[in-house]
Amino acid sequence: MHPIVTSIAIAGPEVILTLGSLAALMLGTFSAPGRALAATSLFAIAILAVAGFALLDGPAGTALAFDGLYVADDFSAFLKVIIFTATAASVVLAQPWLNESRTGRFEYPVLMLLSALGMAVMVSANDLLSLYIGLELTALPSYVLAAFHRADNRSAEAGLKYFVLGALASGILLYGVTLVYGFAGSTQFDIIAGIVSGQTERSLGLLFGIVFIIAGMAFKVSAVPFHMWTPDVYEGAPTPVAAFFSAAPKAAALGLMARVLVVAFPGNVAADWQQIIIFIAIASMVLGAVAAVAQTNIKRLLAYSSIANIGFALVGLTPGSPAGVSALLFYTTVYVAMTLGSFLVVLQLRRPDGETVEQMADLAGLSKTQPKLAAALAIFMFSLAGIPPLLGFWPKFAVFQAAIAAGLVPLAIIGFIASVVAAFYYLRLIKIMYFDEPAVALASEGSAANGTMIAAAALFCSPIGMLAMSPLAAATARAAAALFPA
Amino acid sequence: MTATFAFYLFAITLLTGGLMVVTSKNPVHSVLWLIVCFFNAAGLFILLGAEFLAMLLVIVYVGAVAVLFLFVVMMLDIDFRALQRGALKNLPLGLAVSGVILAEVLLVASGWQPGTGVVMNDALAGPPAGMTNTQWIGSQLYTRYVFVFSMAGLLLLAAMIGAIVLTHRRRVGTKKQNISVQNARTPASAVGVGKAPVGQGVEL
Repeated sequence: MHPIVTSIAIAGPEVILTLGSLAALMLGTFSAPGRALAATSLFAIAILAVAGFALLDGPAGTALAFDGLYVADDFSAFLKVIIFTATAASVVLAQPWLNESRTGRFEYPVLMLLSALGMAVMVSANDLLSLYIGLELTALPSYVLAAFHRADNRSAEAGLKYFVLGALASGILLYGVTLVYGFAGSTQFDIIAGIVSGQTERSLGLLFGIVFIIAGMAFKVSAVPFHMWTPDVYEGAPTPVAAFFSAAPKAAALGLMARVLVVAFPGNVAADWQQIIIFIAIASMVLGAVAAVAQTNIKRLLAYSSIANIGFALVGLTPGSPAGVSALLFYTTVYVAMTLGSFLVVLQLRRPDGETVEQMADLAGLSKTQPKLAAALAIFMFSLAGIPPLLGFWPKFAVFQAAIAAGLVPLAIIGFIASVVAAFYYLRLIKIMYFDEPAVALASEGSAANGTMIAAAALFCSPIGMLAMSPLAAATARAAAALFPA
Repeated sequence: MTATFAFYLFAITLLTGGLMVVTSKNPVHSVLWLIVCFFNAAGLFILLGAEFLAMLLVIVYVGAVAVLFLFVVMMLDIDFRALQRGALKNLPLGLAVSGVILAEVLLVASGWQPGTGVVMNDALAGPPAGMTNTQWIGSQLYTRYVFVFSMAGLLLLAAMIGAIVLTHRRRVGTKKQNISVQNARTPASAVGVGKAPVGQGVEL
């Protein structure tokens, strides 16, 4: 068989997403204006499902395609399942909002499909070129989605802010890529790894390249000190879009970061990037926890919560060990469920004037007006805070365990303190819901599909979710092992 | 000798042009100086034997990007005096930041040891005999790098969809020609006889 045919077979999910997004665009353009959005959304979900099933049919073990630009292994397959599921959920959860708002256009699911394609390329990147293209293909639709409600000034501002800062971050990343290419002589991860481990003295230029690449990727995962855009964009962007931003792209960027650093920069250089990741993790955990305390807007609160959670997840990356990467993947999975669940509850609630809930004060007494949603949100908050019987505790435990096993005890202690500080604002939200007098009677306006997703996410995050832990742990361990060839 | 002379000519003009882009008062002049820069950079590429990149720079950057810049600069009514006043206020901070970056770049440049340790491991060997530079780039782009090339195409598609989503609006009240409606007109639907009472207007 011609190598290109083999490559296309290996990159099956990407091919399906590519053709599917083009077909979805045609479908939306040529169907009747009233039905275009529903038809395109259904089609997009079907395409994501088909791409997910194509993963099952993927090659066993690690398979390189397109002359080493692309790799399909257990690591990429695991993350792609999360990405496709989270993207499909983001398409579903946006439906009530899209139908209500005047900007309910069929391009929404198409842009989501293109973004999912970019994320799939990101986690399967085996070359700095495909890394960059994947990042851009994820980011460009995201900028548009942030500004999707273009009649709203806040949404337009969020889109512009995200675009300008994102373009700057991409520029920094590209600069790093050129430096690494110049000093290592290759852009392919495994070849870079071979050169790096063969070098006796450490190359300053290569180190600079790594620093720039980490800076660019830290922007994408919104880790401190490249987090400034996150609260503003989450607040300004439409709530379903903010929910999307907080889930799938974060998982993809974390996966990409793990793959680049672990696969391309092992050996001597690993100690160099570990220092940077330790700093980023500590800064994200601490700032995410402390800055969230002063927030009154729920979307900003969730933005800071996602910054802090990224910090915790990055703790898993610091040892650069299979156990650490496995803990990172576990954390990412649970985080995606928790954050999507929290955003779903916020989306489901409506003020009496028909607006979505933005202020935390609006949630006062929610347990009396909407007991089910209040209970679900309480589960998500307890889980995000990492209170033991809930599922959110276990990934935190796993990342700290991996850090301690690698001798990074101070990091684990700081992370523990940060999670105690963070517990304050999660618990404050629960206090507002359960012990304050109701301010406004909130209605539950969302769709049945969203209600089902909230119930599923709440069940997953509740102690019952621990049943899923051992298969999940096995899957993450297998995925992490793919990055560490024996 | 000629090549050395050409190099210094292009390089000096390029640097001067870059300086003028930043310092000229009129933004339209800045864009024009930018075009000068592009042309001189293209000249440098030709000296390096990369004629395809040179042509790309002229066609894409001068032909498309710079013209677009010109349009944008001329369409936007920006008070550049006010902008420059703001820039002067932020000048110390800007100088400090660029000083730090310059120091970093110098640090990297001083760490560069040409020829030692760096082997271009998977770099292309260069065009085989009988193939020009441009042919070689094309053949590599469509074979070895076809994955990133096609993904870049999708990136452009995403950009196009985004531009349409953010700017296209269906306007009401615009007058468009509908030929089938025009052809379907009959005298009966277009001409009528009405009564015009004295002292009043007609009702149409």
